[in-house]
Amino acid sequence: MRTTPPARPFDTPERASFRDTVQRFIDTEIAPHANDWDEAGDFPWALHEKAGALGLFGFGIDEAYGGLGFDDALMRFDCGTAMGYAGIGGVNASLFSRGIMTGPIQQLASEDQKREVLTEIVSGKVGGALAMTEPSGGSDLSRLKTKAVRDGDDWLISGEKTFITGGMKASWYVVGARTGGEGFGGVSLFLVPADAPGFTRISIRKKMGWWASDTATLHFDQCRAPASGQLGQEGVCLLAIMDNFNHERFSLSAGCLGMARRCLDDAIAYAQQRETFGKPLIKHQAIRHKIADMSSRIDALDSYLQMIAWRINDARDKGAPMPAAELAKVKVLASKTAEFCANEAMQILGGAGYLRGCAVERIYREVKVMAIGGGSEEIMRDLAVKQMGL
Amino acid sequence: MKILVPVKRVVDYNVKVRVKPDQTGVDLANVKMSMNPFCEIAVEEAIRLKEKGAAEEIVVVSIGPAQAQETIRTALAMGADRGIHITTDDAVESLGVAKLLAKVVEEESPELVILGKQAIDGDVNATGQMLAALLGWPQATFASEVEKTDDGYNVTREIDGGLQTIKVSSPAIITTDLRLNEPRYASLPNIMKAKRKPIDAKTPADFGVDIAPRLEALKVAEPAKREAGVKVESVAELVDKLKNEAGVI
Repeated sequence: MRTTPPARPFDTPERASFRDTVQRFIDTEIAPHANDWDEAGDFPWALHEKAGALGLFGFGIDEAYGGLGFDDALMRFDCGTAMGYAGIGGVNASLFSRGIMTGPIQQLASEDQKREVLTEIVSGKVGGALAMTEPSGGSDLSRLKTKAVRDGDDWLISGEKTFITGGMKASWYVVGARTGGEGFGGVSLFLVPADAPGFTRISIRKKMGWWASDTATLHFDQCRAPASGQLGQEGVCLLAIMDNFNHERFSLSAGCLGMARRCLDDAIAYAQQRETFGKPLIKHQAIRHKIADMSSRIDALDSYLQMIAWRINDARDKGAPMPAAELAKVKVLASKTAEFCANEAMQILGGAGYLRGCAVERIYREVKVMAIGGGSEEIMRDLAVKQMGL
Repeated sequence: MKILVPVKRVVDYNVKVRVKPDQTGVDLANVKMSMNPFCEIAVEEAIRLKEKGAAEEIVVVSIGPAQAQETIRTALAMGADRGIHITTDDAVESLGVAKLLAKVVEEESPELVILGKQAIDGDVNATGQMLAALLGWPQATFASEVEKTDDGYNVTREIDGGLQTIKVSSPAIITTDLRLNEPRYASLPNIMKAKRKPIDAKTPADFGVDIAPRLEALKVAEPAKREAGVKVESVAELVDKLKNEAGVI
C-alpha cells in the first residue's frame, strides 16, 4: 500500500488536487495494465489522449495552442513521481518524450506552425519526437553529422538519427541538422512531418527495459522539408533545446524518485508477509537496515527535488536561468537512488522479484536507462563541475 | 434548472482503516481523506445533465470541518459551478445533515437534489431518504440510470433481484448507486479554474438547525479475525463435517 507522504513546504490546494488526480488516473488507467503492456511492447494510443485531456502535456505551452498557459515545476514533479511509481517506464517515456520537442516548438515556431502542430501534440491526438542523437554520438550535439542543404524553397536533409523515443509513432519530429560550419553555431532545427518525402523509420526492438515504448532509428535520404519548417535561427536555436533538457532532467529525476519509492513500498509489503527462520522477513535486522537505507535516500532525493522545483519556479518568475548545476547533480543522485532501491528491493523480494510480471523486476531493468538517457551520469557530473566554475 | 449536490469528505477508499485503541471510533490522524465515491458519482451525473442541456447550474454543498472545502473544490474542478460550505467540527448525524440540506433547498430552490446513496465511512444510507421526507419530495434511491423527462425523471434503481424503473416528478431526490456512471478526472485547467469559483461559508447556526447528536456509539471494534481452516482428506469427511460440525446440510 502507498505510504502517505508528510506535509510539504510548498504545497497549495491546487497542487494537492492535481497530485490526487494524477495518482488516481495512473492507478486506474495505467497500473492495472502495466505488465500486459510491457509484455506486449505497446499500449493503446487512447492513453495519450486521456493524458492530454488531463493537461499533462501542457506545462509551459500557451493556452492558444492547447497548453495550460502556465508552468509549475512542483506539479511537473508530482506528475513525474507518480508516473515513476506506476513502474512502467516505457509508458512514461512514450507519453512524455513529446515534452522535449514541444518546448522548442513553443519557443521557436511560427504562429501557423504552433496552431497546426503544437495543438494536436499537446492534446495527445498525435505524437512528436525530438531527433538529435546519431549513431556516431549522442551527448555531443556540437558534432552532429546530419546535414541540411538549401534546394530552392526547400531544405534537403540527409543523415541518420537513432535511439529516438516515441520515434515510431510520432507524426512530427524536431530534427537537428548541420546547415553551417562546425560546432554548435552551424546547427539548425527543422520541423519535419512523418510523411515527408525521403523520410523512413525502423523500430528498435529488444531493449533491456522500456519495452512498452516505441524507439526508432530515423533515416533522412534527401528528405524534403519546406523552408518554413526551419525553427529559429542557425546556431541560436540550440539554446531552446538546452533549456528544455533541463526540464527533461528534472522530470527524469522525479521519475527515479517514484521508481525508488515503489521499490521501497513493494519491498516492505513483501517483507511483512514473507516468513523466514520462523519470523516475518521484516523482523530480521539485515532487512530492516535495507529499509532504513532506502527510506533515507528517498527522503533526501525527495527534499532536494522539491527544493530544486521551487528554484525553477523562482528562476522563471525572475527571468533567471534554470538551476542547471543542481539539475545535473540531482539527476545523478536520482538515478543512483533508483538503482540502489531497485537492487535492495530485489534482494528483499528474492526469487519472487526475479520473476517477470512484478514492478520491482521491471524497475530493476529500467534504472539503467535513467542513468544514461537525458544526459548520462558521467556527462551530468562533468556539467555540474563546469557549472561550479571549475 | 438548478441541481443541488451534497458531498461528503470521508476516509479515502484506498486507506485501510484502523480502530482507535479506546474503541471510540476510527483513527483519522494522518489518514488520506477524499470525496465519498458515491458523492463523486452524484457530481458526475449532475454535470452530465448540465452538458445535455437539462440543467443550468450545479451547486455543491458540504457540511464539515475547514478541510471539507477541499472536497467542494474537487467538485468545482470536475465541473460544478459554485459551492456552499457549512462549517462545523462536530460529527453531524444523517438527520442533522438532512435538516441542514432541507434549509439549503429552501434558500436555493433547486429542482433536483442528487446525492450518494451512502457515505463509505458510516454506511448509514439515510440522508437522501430523510431529506425527501422532510421536504415532502419524491425519492428515487440507488439509481443506476437517470433520464430527464418533460415533468420529471425516469430512474432505474438497483434493487434486490434486479432493476426497477420508476417515474418521479420534479422536484425530486435521487440517490446514486455505483453503476450510474464513471466519474471524470478533474483536468489541470479545471483545477486552476475551480480556484476562482465562489464558495459561500455558512454555519449550522445560520440555518437555525440543532445538529446535536441523537445517537450514541457505544463501541467501535475491528471485525473478528478470520481463523485458519482445516484440510479434509476426502469428500466423505467434508460431507460429514458439513452435516455434523457445521450443521449446514
